[in-house]
Amino acid sequence: MDLSDTPEEEEFRARLREWLAKVLPTLPARPSPDDWPGRRAYDLGWQRTLHDAGYADVHWGASPTTRLIFLEETERAGAPYVGANFVGLLHAGPTIAAEGTPAQRARWLPHILRGDEVWCQGFSEPDAGSDLAALRTRAWRDGDDYVVSGSKIWTSHAEVADWCELLVRTDPRAPRHRGITWLAMPMDADGVTVRPLRTLAGSAEFAEVFLDEVRVPAANRVGEENDGWRVTLVTLSFERGTAFVGEVVACRRVLGELARAARDNGRWDDPVLRRRIGRLAAEFRALWRLTQWNVSEAEASGGVPGAGGSVFKLRYSHARQELYDTAADVLGPDGLDLDRPWVLDRLSSLSYTIAAGTSQIQRDIVAERVLGLPKGR
Amino acid sequence: MRFRLTEDQQALRTWVRRLLERRWDAGALRAAAAGPARLDRELWRELGAAGLFALRLPETEGGAGLGLPEAVLVFEETGRALLPGPLLATHLAAGTVPGAATGRTVVAGVDGPLVEWLDAADAVLGDPTGAVPLRSADPLTPLHRVPGAAGGGTAEPVAVLLTAAEQLGTAARACEMAVQHARAREQFGRPIGAFQAVKHLCADMLVRAETARAAVYAAAVTAAPADVAAARLLADEAALRGTRDCLQVHGGMGFTWEAEVHLHLKRAWVRARRGGGGAVAEEALAADLLSGP
Ligand SMILES: Cc1cc2nc3c(=O)[nH]c(=O)nc-3n(C[C@H](O)[C@H](O)[C@H](O)COP(=O)(O)OP(=O)(O)OC[C@H]3O[C@@H](n4cnc5c(N)ncnc54)[C@H](O)[C@@H]3O)c2cc1C
Repeated sequence: MDLSDTPEEEEFRARLREWLAKVLPTLPARPSPDDWPGRRAYDLGWQRTLHDAGYADVHWGASPTTRLIFLEETERAGAPYVGANFVGLLHAGPTIAAEGTPAQRARWLPHILRGDEVWCQGFSEPDAGSDLAALRTRAWRDGDDYVVSGSKIWTSHAEVADWCELLVRTDPRAPRHRGITWLAMPMDADGVTVRPLRTLAGSAEFAEVFLDEVRVPAANRVGEENDGWRVTLVTLSFERGTAFVGEVVACRRVLGELARAARDNGRWDDPVLRRRIGRLAAEFRALWRLTQWNVSEAEASGGVPGAGGSVFKLRYSHARQELYDTAADVLGPDGLDLDRPWVLDRLSSLSYTIAAGTSQIQRDIVAERVLGLPKGR
Repeated sequence: MRFRLTEDQQALRTWVRRLLERRWDAGALRAAAAGPARLDRELWRELGAAGLFALRLPETEGGAGLGLPEAVLVFEETGRALLPGPLLATHLAAGTVPGAATGRTVVAGVDGPLVEWLDAADAVLGDPTGAVPLRSADPLTPLHRVPGAAGGGTAEPVAVLLTAAEQLGTAARACEMAVQHARAREQFGRPIGAFQAVKHLCADMLVRAETARAAVYAAAVTAAPADVAAARLLADEAALRGTRDCLQVHGGMGFTWEAEVHLHLKRAWVRARRGGGGAVAEEALAADLLSGP
């Protein structure tokens, strides 16, 4: 067991640190959370900056350890997060790289890496959330196109996306998992209507997407027709892999700030609160170690994130909620003031046990795929 | 960074597991739990001969010259196997108390107001003056109470970490026993492990154990006090809640003396009291947060 950097890792870290120190002070001010076009421009700008410095493909071109160092250092330095590029960089891109044709890779990957195009994920439907294979959005073949009708929901960043990784049903008579196809749909196509949905945090972070006879070229199909479920599992493994690594570093920083805030406002004298904060420090230390463990395991087994991702996601999503609940107690009455730091974070932390597979579904995955317990609910 | 067990470490773990399976199996455990707790001196000397106490002593002093990570792996296994006896105190005394390294001398240690295995010991670390026996909740760990001793206990990092390693072993074993039982036991015409309520208990046990494992192993590598405190908290949680959930999965069978689940649970309770308990670790971590710039 070795937690220290190898010489190559050390060199990568040092180079990245130096570069961040140089480039971060030159970044423009961050747009307000509700300014979606502004956020898109900001996030794409950051991706372009990374690209030009040679760091663009760190999410799927590099080794898991290199990626871990990248996320650790960028978060520690306070650099922007992937933001609007989340879907493109963290799952559509890797999926196309793994499953796409050479032409598809050439068409989409350079744009994702350079930060010209934003992707969103059109998986969930009103009646197909945890039970994703129940999706009903239909697509039928017409000449060189698929014609798509149906609707998607909770599509993050749909308003500002150029492309959508879309799951459609191409064979309604086949068993549920067999008749699904994975398409790359242009969001500006005729028949696509995006209706922003307000989240409980008050912002329009996700949307409903209505599809009315939208024509998608058959050349945009990734994988075979009706083989989309297998492609989807590839996508989901990337989604749960190391997507939260930077956030653990951020949570540790927040916890330090929280302790200092409590010291300044006198709440630190409350031993119950102090011990709760001490326990959270243990929690996030352990989550960071678990990340290092999972990454080392992934590297040893060829780079594919395994079910360790579900173990991590389960624990992390609840820890994050506990962190911001504790923040509210440190703030006291100010914990109800939306203009205070951490109050919006507390609201958005509520999504962590739901999005990307609910805690209940993750427990099923851990129990069945890791522990080998029988299927059945 | 290669945060995985090396081949040597894996081999060491396998070797200790085999040794304990051979010398301390389910039958021995049950027999021991049936009567009053008694230290098996022959077993103790065998463990000494196998190097369990001298593990971290330099080779020049007759030890194996290994480090904390290896000690943690060994203590995880003794935790898993529910090995009784003052293993921790004897291990810590190797090199200072003559005969401890070889297992010829059995050493107990005063930890705050409690001493484990006082009557069986040849030597005691700390001052047990006035110690009175209590009727121990753990049938395999005799306890004495030292009146007037401070409640804080010694949060000596190595002792805390090795205790955490034992707790980790217990947590992993509890999860394994629960899964085994959930696969085998049928109700309503199917294995109870097919029911989501049971499945989710098991999944949470694994999540807690694996998070604790990462924390304990990392603390063994860094030996940093905050890492050790974190490891302690996570491992206590994994063991205390894991054994309780394991008992729940076993149903009425879990509440019988014959099933070994309760023995694991009771031992986890004993260990959770060591070194001043979790409160000391929580306060240490809280203070650490304010120690930076
Ligand atoms: C902030 C946010 C962003 C999102 N972004 C996207 C996106 O970009 N693209 C996209 O496609 N989707 C997105 N989603 C949707 C998300 O994937 C789903 O919300 C999630 O998978 C749960 O589905 P559901 O909402 O339909 O809940 P349901 O499946 O209806 O579940 C409701 C409750 O029932 C429980 N439940 C359901 N089935 C079972 C079962 N078998 N066993 C036990 N309990 C069960 C669930 O755990 C949950 O507690 C997003 C969601 C959120 C909150």
